[in-house]
Amino acid sequence: MIATAFALGALVVGSIFRLKRPYAEKLMPYESGNPPVGEPRQRFSVKFYIIAMLFVVFDVEAVFLYPWAIVFDKIGLYAFIEMVIFIVILFVGYIYAWKKEAFVWD
Amino acid sequence: MNTILETIIAPGSIDFALAIGIILVKIAVVIAIALLHVAYATYFERKVIAHMQVRLGPREVGPYGLFQPFADGIKLFFKEDIIPAKADKPLFYLSPVIFFIAALTSLAVLPFFDGFVIADLNIGLLFLLAMSSLGAYGIILSGWSSNSKFSFLGGLRAASQVISYEIAMGLSLVGVMIMAGSLNLSDIVRAQHAYPTGVFVIPQFLGFFVFVVAAFAETNRLPFDLPEAESELVAGYFTEYSGFRFALFFLGEYTGMLIMSSLLALCFLGGWTIPRFITDFIPFLSAVPGIVWFLMKVYAFMFFYYWVRATLPRYRYDQLMAIGWKLLIPLALINILITGLVKAWIKGLL
Repeated sequence: MIATAFALGALVVGSIFRLKRPYAEKLMPYESGNPPVGEPRQRFSVKFYIIAMLFVVFDVEAVFLYPWAIVFDKIGLYAFIEMVIFIVILFVGYIYAWKKEAFVWD
Repeated sequence: MNTILETIIAPGSIDFALAIGIILVKIAVVIAIALLHVAYATYFERKVIAHMQVRLGPREVGPYGLFQPFADGIKLFFKEDIIPAKADKPLFYLSPVIFFIAALTSLAVLPFFDGFVIADLNIGLLFLLAMSSLGAYGIILSGWSSNSKFSFLGGLRAASQVISYEIAMGLSLVGVMIMAGSLNLSDIVRAQHAYPTGVFVIPQFLGFFVFVVAAFAETNRLPFDLPEAESELVAGYFTEYSGFRFALFFLGEYTGMLIMSSLLALCFLGGWTIPRFITDFIPFLSAVPGIVWFLMKVYAFMFFYYWVRATLPRYRYDQLMAIGWKLLIPLALINILITGLVKAWIKGLL
Protein backbone atom coordinates (compact mmCIF):
# COMPACT_ATOMS: atom_id res chain seq x y z
CA MET A 1 0.00 0.00 0.00
CA ILE A 2 2.75 2.39 0.96
CA ALA A 3 4.62 1.18 -2.10
CA THR A 4 1.66 2.24 -4.24
CA ALA A 5 1.48 5.57 -2.50
CA PHE A 6 5.19 6.12 -3.06
CA ALA A 7 5.12 5.27 -6.74
CA LEU A 8 1.97 7.21 -7.59
CA GLY A 9 2.86 10.09 -5.28
CA ALA A 10 6.24 10.57 -6.88
CA LEU A 11 4.69 10.51 -10.34
CA VAL A 12 2.01 13.05 -9.44
CA VAL A 13 4.39 15.41 -7.66
CA GLY A 14 6.86 15.07 -10.48
CA SER A 15 4.22 15.95 -13.04
CA ILE A 16 3.80 19.35 -11.39
CA PHE A 17 7.46 20.29 -11.64
CA ARG A 18 8.82 18.73 -14.74
CA LEU A 19 8.99 20.17 -18.22
CA LYS A 20 6.43 19.36 -20.82
CA ARG A 21 7.40 20.29 -24.35
CA PRO A 22 6.09 17.52 -26.53
CA TYR A 23 6.23 17.72 -30.30
CA ALA A 24 5.54 15.22 -33.04
CA GLU A 25 9.07 13.89 -33.49
CA LYS A 26 9.51 13.34 -29.80
CA LEU A 27 6.32 11.33 -29.59
CA MET A 28 7.27 8.91 -32.35
CA PRO A 29 8.26 5.38 -31.36
CA TYR A 30 12.03 5.10 -31.20
CA GLU A 31 13.59 3.31 -34.15
CA SER A 32 17.21 4.42 -34.09
CA GLY A 33 16.37 7.84 -35.47
CA ASN A 34 14.51 6.67 -38.56
CA PRO A 35 10.80 7.21 -39.09
CA PRO A 36 9.13 3.96 -37.94
CA VAL A 37 8.39 1.44 -40.67
CA GLY A 38 5.34 -0.80 -40.55
CA GLU A 39 3.36 -1.95 -37.56
CA PRO A 40 5.25 -2.67 -34.33
CA ARG A 41 2.93 -5.48 -33.29
CA GLN A 42 4.00 -8.06 -35.81
CA ARG A 43 3.58 -11.80 -35.96
CA PHE A 44 6.05 -13.54 -33.73
CA SER A 45 7.43 -17.03 -33.40
CA VAL A 46 5.07 -19.79 -32.32
CA LYS A 47 7.82 -20.95 -29.95
CA PHE A 48 6.69 -18.41 -27.40
CA TYR A 49 3.27 -20.05 -27.24
CA ILE A 50 4.80 -23.49 -26.75
CA ILE A 51 6.96 -22.18 -23.93
CA ALA A 52 3.89 -20.62 -22.33
CA MET A 53 1.98 -23.91 -22.48
CA LEU A 54 4.90 -25.88 -21.06
CA PHE A 55 5.17 -23.29 -18.31
CA VAL A 56 1.57 -23.90 -17.27
CA VAL A 57 2.16 -27.66 -17.06
CA PHE A 58 5.38 -27.44 -15.09
CA ASP A 59 4.25 -24.66 -12.82
CA VAL A 60 1.18 -26.61 -11.75
CA GLU A 61 3.47 -29.55 -11.10
CA ALA A 62 5.69 -27.36 -8.92
CA VAL A 63 2.62 -26.19 -7.01
CA PHE A 64 1.70 -29.84 -6.37
CA LEU A 65 5.18 -30.45 -5.02
CA TYR A 66 5.09 -27.64 -2.43
CA PRO A 67 2.49 -29.08 -0.02
CA TRP A 68 4.10 -32.50 -0.37
CA ALA A 69 7.47 -31.02 0.60
CA ILE A 70 5.98 -29.25 3.61
CA VAL A 71 4.27 -32.27 5.14
CA PHE A 72 7.13 -34.60 4.25
CA ASP A 73 7.81 -35.32 7.92
CA LYS A 74 4.27 -36.34 8.68
CA ILE A 75 3.47 -38.59 5.75
CA GLY A 76 4.61 -42.16 5.38
CA LEU A 77 6.42 -44.16 2.77
CA TYR A 78 3.25 -44.53 0.72
CA ALA A 79 2.95 -40.81 -0.07
CA PHE A 80 6.66 -40.62 -0.84
CA ILE A 81 6.46 -43.41 -3.41
CA GLU A 82 3.31 -41.83 -4.80
CA MET A 83 5.19 -38.58 -5.42
CA VAL A 84 8.13 -40.41 -6.98
CA ILE A 85 5.70 -41.97 -9.44
CA PHE A 86 4.23 -38.52 -10.12
CA ILE A 87 7.67 -37.07 -10.87
CA VAL A 88 8.51 -40.05 -13.10
CA ILE A 89 5.30 -39.53 -15.12
CA LEU A 90 6.22 -35.86 -15.49
CA PHE A 91 9.68 -36.84 -16.59
CA VAL A 92 8.18 -38.98 -19.34
CA GLY A 93 6.20 -35.96 -20.53
CA TYR A 94 9.32 -33.84 -20.28
CA ILE A 95 11.31 -36.29 -22.43
CA TYR A 96 8.46 -36.31 -24.94
CA ALA A 97 8.58 -32.51 -25.17
CA TRP A 98 12.33 -32.68 -25.59
CA LYS A 99 12.07 -35.29 -28.40
CA LYS A 100 9.40 -33.15 -30.08
CA GLU A 101 12.02 -30.37 -30.09
CA ALA A 102 9.87 -28.00 -28.07
CA PHE A 103 13.03 -26.56 -26.52
CA VAL A 104 14.88 -26.00 -29.80
CA TRP A 105 15.04 -22.45 -31.14
CA ASP A 106 15.97 -22.24 -34.78
CA MET B 1 -7.88 7.98 29.84
CA ASN B 2 -8.44 4.81 27.89
CA THR B 3 -11.77 4.16 29.56
CA ILE B 4 -13.03 7.64 28.75
CA LEU B 5 -12.12 7.24 25.14
CA GLU B 6 -13.59 3.78 25.00
CA THR B 7 -17.01 5.07 25.91
CA ILE B 8 -16.90 7.11 22.72
CA ILE B 9 -15.28 4.62 20.37
CA ALA B 10 -15.44 0.83 20.29
CA PRO B 11 -13.51 -0.92 23.12
CA GLY B 12 -10.16 -2.35 22.14
CA SER B 13 -9.83 -0.05 19.19
CA ILE B 14 -6.96 1.90 20.79
CA ASP B 15 -4.83 -1.22 20.97
CA PHE B 16 -5.87 -1.92 17.43
CA ALA B 17 -4.87 1.56 16.26
CA LEU B 18 -1.58 1.26 18.14
CA ALA B 19 -0.83 -2.07 16.48
CA ILE B 20 -1.56 -0.59 13.06
CA GLY B 21 0.64 2.39 13.88
CA ILE B 22 3.53 0.12 14.81
CA ILE B 23 3.11 -1.84 11.58
CA LEU B 24 3.04 1.38 9.53
CA VAL B 25 6.24 2.62 11.18
CA LYS B 26 7.87 -0.75 10.52
CA ILE B 27 6.84 -0.59 6.85
CA ALA B 28 8.15 2.95 6.50
CA VAL B 29 11.49 2.00 8.08
CA VAL B 30 11.91 -1.08 5.89
CA ILE B 31 11.01 0.76 2.68
CA ALA B 32 13.23 3.71 3.48
CA ILE B 33 16.20 1.48 4.31
CA ALA B 34 15.57 -0.74 1.30
CA LEU B 35 15.41 2.21 -1.10
CA LEU B 36 18.57 3.67 0.40
CA HIS B 37 20.21 0.29 -0.15
CA VAL B 38 18.94 0.22 -3.70
CA ALA B 39 20.31 3.70 -4.34
CA TYR B 40 23.71 2.68 -3.05
CA ALA B 41 23.53 -0.63 -4.88
CA THR B 42 23.69 1.37 -8.12
CA TYR B 43 26.67 3.37 -6.80
CA PHE B 44 28.36 0.19 -5.57
CA GLU B 45 27.79 -1.46 -8.95
CA ARG B 46 29.30 1.44 -10.88
CA LYS B 47 32.32 1.57 -8.58
CA VAL B 48 32.90 -2.19 -8.62
CA ILE B 49 32.62 -2.49 -12.39
CA ALA B 50 34.71 0.61 -12.93
CA HIS B 51 37.53 -0.78 -10.82
CA MET B 52 37.28 -4.14 -12.56
CA GLN B 53 37.75 -2.28 -15.85
CA VAL B 54 40.57 -0.13 -14.45
CA ARG B 55 38.45 3.03 -14.33
CA LEU B 56 37.48 5.15 -11.35
CA GLY B 57 33.70 5.31 -11.58
CA PRO B 58 31.61 8.19 -10.21
CA ARG B 59 33.71 10.65 -8.18
CA GLU B 60 32.47 14.18 -8.97
CA VAL B 61 29.37 14.48 -6.76
CA GLY B 62 30.39 14.64 -3.12
CA PRO B 63 33.37 12.86 -1.55
CA TYR B 64 34.25 9.79 -3.65
CA GLY B 65 31.07 10.46 -5.64
CA LEU B 66 28.96 9.33 -2.69
CA PHE B 67 26.03 11.62 -3.54
CA GLN B 68 25.81 10.33 -7.10
CA PRO B 69 22.68 8.18 -6.47
CA PHE B 70 20.80 11.21 -5.12
CA ALA B 71 21.89 13.36 -8.03
CA ASP B 72 20.65 10.69 -10.42
CA GLY B 73 17.36 10.41 -8.56
CA ILE B 74 16.76 14.16 -8.58
CA LYS B 75 17.68 14.36 -12.24
CA LEU B 76 15.25 11.60 -13.20
CA PHE B 77 12.55 13.18 -11.05
CA PHE B 78 12.64 16.44 -12.98
CA LYS B 79 13.02 14.95 -16.45
CA GLU B 80 10.23 15.26 -18.97
CA ASP B 81 7.84 12.32 -19.00
CA ILE B 82 7.56 11.51 -22.70
CA ILE B 83 4.58 9.39 -23.67
CA PRO B 84 4.61 8.21 -27.29
CA ALA B 85 1.58 9.31 -29.29
CA LYS B 86 0.77 5.77 -30.37
CA ALA B 87 1.13 4.24 -26.92
CA ASP B 88 -1.70 2.53 -25.11
CA LYS B 89 -1.98 5.24 -22.45
CA PRO B 90 -3.56 3.58 -19.38
CA LEU B 91 -1.31 0.53 -19.63
CA PHE B 92 1.71 2.69 -20.37
CA TYR B 93 1.02 4.72 -17.21
CA LEU B 94 0.40 1.71 -15.02
CA SER B 95 3.00 -0.88 -15.98
CA PRO B 96 6.05 0.69 -14.25
CA VAL B 97 3.92 1.14 -11.15
CA ILE B 98 2.92 -2.55 -11.21
CA PHE B 99 6.54 -3.59 -11.63
CA PHE B 100 7.71 -1.39 -8.76
CA ILE B 101 4.90 -2.37 -6.38
CA ALA B 102 5.49 -6.08 -7.00
CA ALA B 103 9.15 -5.62 -6.11
CA LEU B 104 8.51 -3.58 -2.95
CA THR B 105 5.70 -5.82 -1.68
CA SER B 106 8.10 -8.76 -1.55
CA LEU B 107 10.05 -6.92 1.15
CA ALA B 108 7.16 -7.48 3.56
CA VAL B 109 7.90 -11.15 4.17
CA LEU B 110 11.70 -10.99 4.50
CA PRO B 111 12.93 -11.51 8.06
CA PHE B 112 15.96 -9.24 8.38
CA PHE B 113 16.88 -10.60 11.80
CA ASP B 114 15.24 -12.78 14.39
CA GLY B 115 11.67 -11.55 14.90
CA PHE B 116 11.88 -8.50 12.63
CA VAL B 117 9.51 -9.08 9.76
CA ILE B 118 6.55 -6.97 8.69
CA ALA B 119 4.21 -9.80 7.81
CA ASP B 120 5.17 -13.14 9.33
CA LEU B 121 3.26 -15.17 6.75
CA ASN B 122 3.41 -18.93 7.04
CA ILE B 123 3.54 -19.06 3.23
CA GLY B 124 6.27 -16.43 2.92
CA LEU B 125 8.28 -18.27 0.29
CA LEU B 126 5.21 -18.85 -1.87
CA PHE B 127 4.32 -15.17 -1.52
CA LEU B 128 7.77 -14.17 -2.75
CA LEU B 129 7.52 -16.42 -5.79
CA ALA B 130 4.06 -15.07 -6.55
CA MET B 131 5.27 -11.47 -6.31
CA SER B 132 8.23 -12.13 -8.57
CA SER B 133 5.89 -13.48 -11.23
CA LEU B 134 3.58 -10.50 -10.75
CA GLY B 135 6.49 -8.27 -11.72
CA ALA B 136 6.49 -10.01 -15.10
CA TYR B 137 3.09 -8.43 -15.79
CA GLY B 138 4.63 -4.98 -15.54
CA ILE B 139 7.31 -5.99 -18.05
CA ILE B 140 4.93 -7.59 -20.55
CA LEU B 141 2.41 -4.75 -20.36
CA SER B 142 5.10 -2.11 -20.79
CA GLY B 143 6.48 -3.92 -23.82
CA TRP B 144 3.03 -4.21 -25.33
CA SER B 145 1.68 -0.77 -24.54
CA SER B 146 4.71 1.17 -25.79
CA ASN B 147 3.81 0.21 -29.36
CA SER B 148 7.43 0.18 -30.43
CA LYS B 149 9.27 -2.71 -32.04
CA PHE B 150 12.10 -2.77 -29.55
CA SER B 151 9.77 -2.71 -26.60
CA PHE B 152 7.57 -5.38 -28.09
CA LEU B 153 10.45 -7.78 -28.71
CA GLY B 154 11.91 -7.05 -25.29
CA GLY B 155 8.59 -7.71 -23.61
CA LEU B 156 8.15 -11.02 -25.43
CA ARG B 157 11.62 -12.17 -24.55
CA ALA B 158 11.24 -11.12 -20.94
CA ALA B 159 7.94 -12.95 -20.64
CA SER B 160 9.22 -16.29 -21.85
CA GLN B 161 12.52 -15.95 -20.02
CA VAL B 162 10.93 -15.12 -16.68
CA ILE B 163 8.37 -17.92 -16.84
CA SER B 164 10.97 -20.48 -17.96
CA TYR B 165 13.33 -19.72 -15.12
CA GLU B 166 10.56 -19.39 -12.59
CA ILE B 167 9.93 -23.13 -12.87
CA ALA B 168 13.58 -23.90 -12.25
CA MET B 169 13.63 -21.51 -9.29
CA GLY B 170 10.44 -22.92 -7.77
CA LEU B 171 11.72 -26.48 -8.12
CA SER B 172 15.13 -25.65 -6.69
CA LEU B 173 13.46 -24.40 -3.52
CA VAL B 174 11.47 -27.62 -3.01
CA GLY B 175 14.60 -29.28 -1.61
CA VAL B 176 14.85 -26.52 1.01
CA MET B 177 11.17 -26.93 1.82
CA ILE B 178 11.60 -30.68 2.34
CA MET B 179 14.51 -30.09 4.72
CA ALA B 180 12.88 -27.25 6.62
CA GLY B 181 9.31 -28.53 6.53
CA SER B 182 7.96 -25.00 6.29
CA LEU B 183 7.32 -22.13 3.89
CA ASN B 184 7.82 -19.50 6.58
CA LEU B 185 11.18 -17.84 5.96
CA SER B 186 11.93 -17.41 9.68
CA ASP B 187 11.23 -21.10 10.25
CA ILE B 188 13.51 -22.00 7.36
CA VAL B 189 16.35 -20.04 8.95
CA ARG B 190 15.72 -21.65 12.35
CA ALA B 191 15.68 -25.08 10.74
CA GLN B 192 19.07 -24.34 9.22
CA HIS B 193 20.48 -23.27 12.55
CA ALA B 194 19.28 -26.55 14.06
CA TYR B 195 20.77 -28.54 11.19
CA PRO B 196 24.29 -30.01 11.69
CA THR B 197 25.92 -28.09 8.80
CA GLY B 198 24.27 -24.82 9.88
CA VAL B 199 23.49 -23.82 6.30
CA PHE B 200 21.50 -25.58 3.61
CA VAL B 201 24.00 -24.77 0.88
CA ILE B 202 26.10 -27.82 1.70
CA PRO B 203 23.42 -30.54 1.48
CA GLN B 204 21.51 -28.58 -1.18
CA PHE B 205 24.39 -27.65 -3.47
CA LEU B 206 22.46 -28.71 -6.59
CA GLY B 207 19.47 -26.62 -5.60
CA PHE B 208 21.79 -23.75 -4.75
CA PHE B 209 23.39 -23.86 -8.19
CA VAL B 210 20.02 -23.93 -9.94
CA PHE B 211 18.74 -21.11 -7.75
CA VAL B 212 21.74 -18.85 -8.42
CA VAL B 213 21.46 -19.23 -12.20
CA ALA B 214 17.69 -18.75 -12.08
CA ALA B 215 18.11 -15.67 -9.88
CA PHE B 216 20.24 -14.03 -12.55
CA ALA B 217 17.66 -14.80 -15.21
CA GLU B 218 14.68 -13.77 -13.09
CA THR B 219 16.09 -10.32 -12.43
CA ASN B 220 17.14 -9.88 -16.09
CA ARG B 221 20.77 -9.41 -15.16
CA LEU B 222 23.81 -10.24 -17.23
CA PRO B 223 24.62 -12.80 -18.59
CA PHE B 224 20.86 -13.26 -19.13
CA ASP B 225 19.79 -9.67 -19.80
CA LEU B 226 18.33 -10.45 -23.24
CA PRO B 227 15.06 -8.58 -22.61
CA GLU B 228 17.03 -5.34 -22.42
CA ALA B 229 20.04 -6.29 -24.53
CA GLU B 230 21.25 -2.79 -25.34
CA SER B 231 23.32 -3.79 -28.36
CA GLU B 232 20.31 -5.16 -30.22
CA LEU B 233 17.13 -3.93 -28.53
CA VAL B 234 18.25 -0.44 -27.34
CA ALA B 235 16.72 -0.94 -23.88
CA GLY B 236 14.14 -3.66 -24.47
CA TYR B 237 10.81 -3.26 -22.77
CA PHE B 238 11.49 0.19 -21.32
CA THR B 239 12.87 1.79 -24.51
CA GLU B 240 10.03 4.31 -24.65
CA TYR B 241 10.09 5.21 -20.98
CA SER B 242 11.71 8.34 -19.65
CA GLY B 243 11.95 10.36 -16.50
CA PHE B 244 10.50 8.96 -13.33
CA ARG B 245 8.70 6.07 -15.03
CA PHE B 246 12.09 4.85 -16.17
CA ALA B 247 13.33 5.35 -12.62
CA LEU B 248 10.55 3.09 -11.33
CA PHE B 249 11.71 0.30 -13.64
CA PHE B 250 15.27 0.88 -12.57
CA LEU B 251 14.45 0.86 -8.86
CA GLY B 252 12.24 -2.18 -9.32
CA GLU B 253 15.05 -4.09 -10.98
CA TYR B 254 17.54 -3.31 -8.23
CA THR B 255 14.97 -4.07 -5.52
CA GLY B 256 14.46 -7.39 -7.28
CA MET B 257 18.19 -8.07 -7.06
CA LEU B 258 18.16 -7.18 -3.37
CA ILE B 259 15.24 -9.54 -2.78
CA MET B 260 16.86 -12.39 -4.68
CA SER B 261 20.04 -11.91 -2.65
CA SER B 262 18.04 -11.89 0.58
CA LEU B 263 16.13 -15.00 -0.48
CA LEU B 264 19.39 -16.74 -1.23
CA ALA B 265 20.83 -15.70 2.13
CA LEU B 266 17.68 -16.85 3.94
CA CYS B 267 17.10 -20.15 2.18
CA PHE B 268 20.63 -21.40 1.61
CA LEU B 269 23.09 -19.41 3.70
CA GLY B 270 21.33 -19.38 7.04
CA GLY B 271 19.93 -15.82 7.09
CA TRP B 272 20.82 -13.99 10.28
CA THR B 273 22.52 -17.01 11.90
CA ILE B 274 25.98 -18.44 11.54
CA PRO B 275 26.70 -22.17 11.70
CA ARG B 276 27.15 -23.52 15.19
CA PHE B 277 30.47 -25.17 14.44
CA ILE B 278 31.90 -21.71 13.79
CA THR B 279 30.53 -20.24 17.02
CA ASP B 280 31.78 -23.29 18.93
CA PHE B 281 35.22 -22.63 17.50
CA ILE B 282 35.25 -18.82 17.92
CA PRO B 283 32.69 -18.10 20.68
CA PHE B 284 32.70 -14.30 20.61
CA LEU B 285 31.23 -14.27 17.08
CA SER B 286 27.81 -15.15 18.50
CA ALA B 287 27.74 -11.68 20.11
CA VAL B 288 27.56 -10.05 16.66
CA PRO B 289 23.96 -9.01 15.91
CA GLY B 290 22.10 -11.08 13.34
CA ILE B 291 21.45 -8.20 10.97
CA VAL B 292 25.21 -7.90 10.37
CA TRP B 293 25.48 -11.50 9.20
CA PHE B 294 22.37 -11.13 7.09
CA LEU B 295 23.59 -7.97 5.37
CA MET B 296 27.05 -9.43 4.86
CA LYS B 297 25.56 -12.40 3.03
CA VAL B 298 23.30 -10.13 0.95
CA TYR B 299 26.17 -7.80 0.01
CA ALA B 300 28.38 -10.73 -0.91
CA PHE B 301 25.79 -11.96 -3.35
CA MET B 302 25.18 -8.45 -4.73
CA PHE B 303 28.92 -8.22 -5.34
CA PHE B 304 28.70 -11.57 -7.11
CA TYR B 305 26.02 -10.08 -9.39
CA TYR B 306 28.39 -7.25 -10.39
CA TRP B 307 31.35 -9.54 -10.68
CA VAL B 308 29.49 -11.78 -13.13
CA ARG B 309 28.32 -8.73 -15.05
CA ALA B 310 31.88 -7.51 -15.47
CA THR B 311 33.14 -10.98 -16.45
CA LEU B 312 30.69 -12.82 -18.68
CA PRO B 313 29.35 -11.89 -22.13
CA ARG B 314 25.64 -12.15 -22.92
CA TYR B 315 24.13 -15.49 -23.90
CA ARG B 316 22.25 -16.09 -27.12
CA TYR B 317 18.51 -16.53 -26.77
CA ASP B 318 18.43 -20.18 -27.84
CA GLN B 319 21.28 -20.90 -25.41
CA LEU B 320 19.33 -19.21 -22.64
CA MET B 321 16.28 -21.36 -23.27
CA ALA B 322 18.42 -24.49 -23.58
CA ILE B 323 20.07 -23.84 -20.21
CA GLY B 324 16.73 -23.19 -18.54
CA TRP B 325 14.80 -26.14 -19.92
CA LYS B 326 17.42 -28.76 -20.63
CA LEU B 327 19.81 -28.29 -17.74
CA LEU B 328 18.25 -26.51 -14.77
CA ILE B 329 14.84 -28.21 -14.67
CA PRO B 330 16.18 -31.80 -14.78
CA LEU B 331 18.84 -30.85 -12.22
CA ALA B 332 16.20 -29.42 -9.91
CA LEU B 333 14.01 -32.52 -10.27
CA ILE B 334 16.98 -34.79 -9.53
CA ASN B 335 17.75 -32.65 -6.51
CA ILE B 336 14.20 -33.11 -5.23
CA LEU B 337 14.38 -36.88 -5.69
CA ILE B 338 17.74 -37.16 -3.94
CA THR B 339 16.64 -34.93 -1.06
CA GLY B 340 13.46 -36.94 -0.67
CA LEU B 341 15.30 -40.25 -0.74
CA VAL B 342 17.91 -39.15 1.80
CA LYS B 343 15.32 -37.72 4.12
CA ALA B 344 13.20 -40.86 3.88
CA TRP B 345 16.29 -42.94 4.57
CA ILE B 346 17.18 -40.86 7.64
CA LYS B 347 13.68 -41.29 8.94
CA GLY B 348 14.01 -45.02 8.46
CA LEU B 349 11.26 -45.33 5.90
CA LEU B 350 13.37 -47.18 3.36
